[in-house]
Amino acid sequence: MKEDLVLPAPREAATDSPGEPLLQVEGLVKHFPVKGGFPIRRTVGAVQAVDGIDLSVHVGESFGLVGESGCGKSTTGRLITRLMEPTGGKISYRGKDITRASRKQLAPVRSEIQMIFQDPYSSLNPRQTVGKIISGPMEINGIEPEGGRDKRVRELLETVGLNPEHFNRFPHEFSGGQRQRIGVARALALNPKLIVADEPVSALDVSIQAQVVNLLQKVQKELGIAFLFIAHDLAVVRHFSQRVAVMYLGKIIEVGDRDSIYTRPRHPYTHALLSAVPEVNLGDGETGGRERIRLAGDVPSPINPPSGCRFRTRCWKAQDKCAAEEPPLIQISGNREGHLTACHFPEEPTIEARDEDIVLDPALAALEEAAAED
Amino acid sequence: MTTLTKTEDAPAPAGPESFLSVRDLSVRFSTEDGVVKAVDGLSFDVERGKTLGIVGESGSGKSVTNLTILGLHNPRTTTIDGEIILEGKELVTATEKEMEKLRGNKAAMIFQDPLTALSPYYTVGRQIAEPFMKHTGASKKAGWERAVEMLGKVGIPNPKERAKDYPHQFSGGMRQRAMIAMALICDPDLLIADEPTTALDVTVQAQILDLLKDLQREFGTAIVFITHDLGVIADMADDIMVMYAGSAVERGTTNEVLRSPQHPYTWGLLNSMPRLDSDLSAALSPIPGTPPSLLNVPSGCRFHPRCTFQDRVGGNRCVTERPLLAPDRSSACHLTADQKRTIFVEEIKPSLG
Repeated sequence: MKEDLVLPAPREAATDSPGEPLLQVEGLVKHFPVKGGFPIRRTVGAVQAVDGIDLSVHVGESFGLVGESGCGKSTTGRLITRLMEPTGGKISYRGKDITRASRKQLAPVRSEIQMIFQDPYSSLNPRQTVGKIISGPMEINGIEPEGGRDKRVRELLETVGLNPEHFNRFPHEFSGGQRQRIGVARALALNPKLIVADEPVSALDVSIQAQVVNLLQKVQKELGIAFLFIAHDLAVVRHFSQRVAVMYLGKIIEVGDRDSIYTRPRHPYTHALLSAVPEVNLGDGETGGRERIRLAGDVPSPINPPSGCRFRTRCWKAQDKCAAEEPPLIQISGNREGHLTACHFPEEPTIEARDEDIVLDPALAALEEAAAED
Repeated sequence: MTTLTKTEDAPAPAGPESFLSVRDLSVRFSTEDGVVKAVDGLSFDVERGKTLGIVGESGSGKSVTNLTILGLHNPRTTTIDGEIILEGKELVTATEKEMEKLRGNKAAMIFQDPLTALSPYYTVGRQIAEPFMKHTGASKKAGWERAVEMLGKVGIPNPKERAKDYPHQFSGGMRQRAMIAMALICDPDLLIADEPTTALDVTVQAQILDLLKDLQREFGTAIVFITHDLGVIADMADDIMVMYAGSAVERGTTNEVLRSPQHPYTWGLLNSMPRLDSDLSAALSPIPGTPPSLLNVPSGCRFHPRCTFQDRVGGNRCVTERPLLAPDRSSACHLTADQKRTIFVEEIKPSLG
């Protein structure tokens, strides 16, 4: 792979000042109806995939969204790109409300918000050449770049580290990592301002992941594109994002700048999540002084989420208040500016090992107790 | 090739404790496009009660090796050479009947995706009881009771009732627990875990990994743990074998391999993996290129087309001569031991932060 990427000339100086929100999401809700009954199928419930989230992405910023499967992070990405219709809430792009915008009204915005998908095998049309795939967005929007579309395609291929001569090949002739690069090139074709990347590296091998992460980082820094980076891998998100939000069952439970979230988390779930990441300890001798928290069971169903705080069914600090009252997402005293946590009984802001491990899993607790007695 | 074969399988450290021993194993599949050399000249040993971690990317042959141990390959299209010895018994030449006696009894396996590995048609309890009934001749009732006991042991709440459920009524983590219960019901001596947590969420993964460790302590099972995640391997394994394009490139204890790795591929893996405590100002340093096709493996060292240290070996040994892997702590690379040590200490370690 070429180390120096040739980048297309940056377009007209951005009119937005950095720091001003590019994308603003308020109270975003998406409920998928659950049908049942016979002979008339009625709506009997709803999967509360996203249930009232607020977030903002600033110009040129990379915003990470982490959470486990079913927490609504991918749905959020699709709502923002309006690939799905939100049930409620408001999405504004550069101050303009696009929540209910029609296809026509959306067209100019769509060219500025692009998406990179998880699976590089199913997100490229196998019957189109790479050139056709990458020039597709330009064709749809009727854009005729200087020097023609073919020239622009070659430029883009070079930007993402592929051989520009390969524009006539088909997707099956490329490996997984190369296909993901094609996906990136397609997303860059229209000079977007915001890219929603939904698990862009999780389908790739470890050695290839780093290539794609580096490419995205380069693109983000040098073209000043804002990213909404959705992933379940906490280490990758930490590497890529300046600000991070943690989602659980359709809600953002903690958000803040990278350092706050990864070294001074307050929400018990963030603690549990960080402590669960298996880590290679490269230090010499001493075992890493990280806390050990083992939750019990899986994430509950979003069809019938727990009342109050949604994490309370798996939380070791839960009390009556947690069931009765939903904790607001606020800045808890002692937290830095912009670090918001939704918890009634927040944890200490540290990830150091505790005096006693928290093991909620009954099987683990039983086995470990038996082992300790021996 | 012949020289390699001789050196690789010669000094087998077949101590009395070596319980599973694989010697110079080669697995080839004939496909429409040609012969795929999925595994080529692989030797390793697993001790009783210990965990061997096999790390590698997709297509490195780690899963194929372990399917072969249990005889789960398609005999019509697969050619196997070499030896697999489990407790003194040769498995490559064993008949299907003998393998049937062994599978689920002495050796069991956990798969990556528990939803496809469990039958949707039978209750979880019945599926778990089946290997127990088959191998011990127990009655249906005794089998069911044992299944309920195992479900309780792996942490399924209310096991008596849940045993009557079907797999789709279980969550992902619970299905994997059910798989573990099924694998351990006959108290096997060897458990092969093929990416058992890759499909799970990280909090659930942590539960399952700890569960496997605790159960291993209780049952004394030897585990062969296959994964692509170095973090998981660091947590689970006593010994590590790193595989690339069908053969082992480095082996040693977990501490040795992760703290003082000696093969350029292992360096590449460590360097390309972001960690929770890695330096954020530095970009990741990926391994250039892509893994080779097993239809047409590179000559000499299989890693040479992606290796950045080739020029330090001198001549073109990397292209012409395949480096050998000694049985104990070693790496299959033409760099001298001194070179490996200095390169790791001076060039690789600082960038790991």
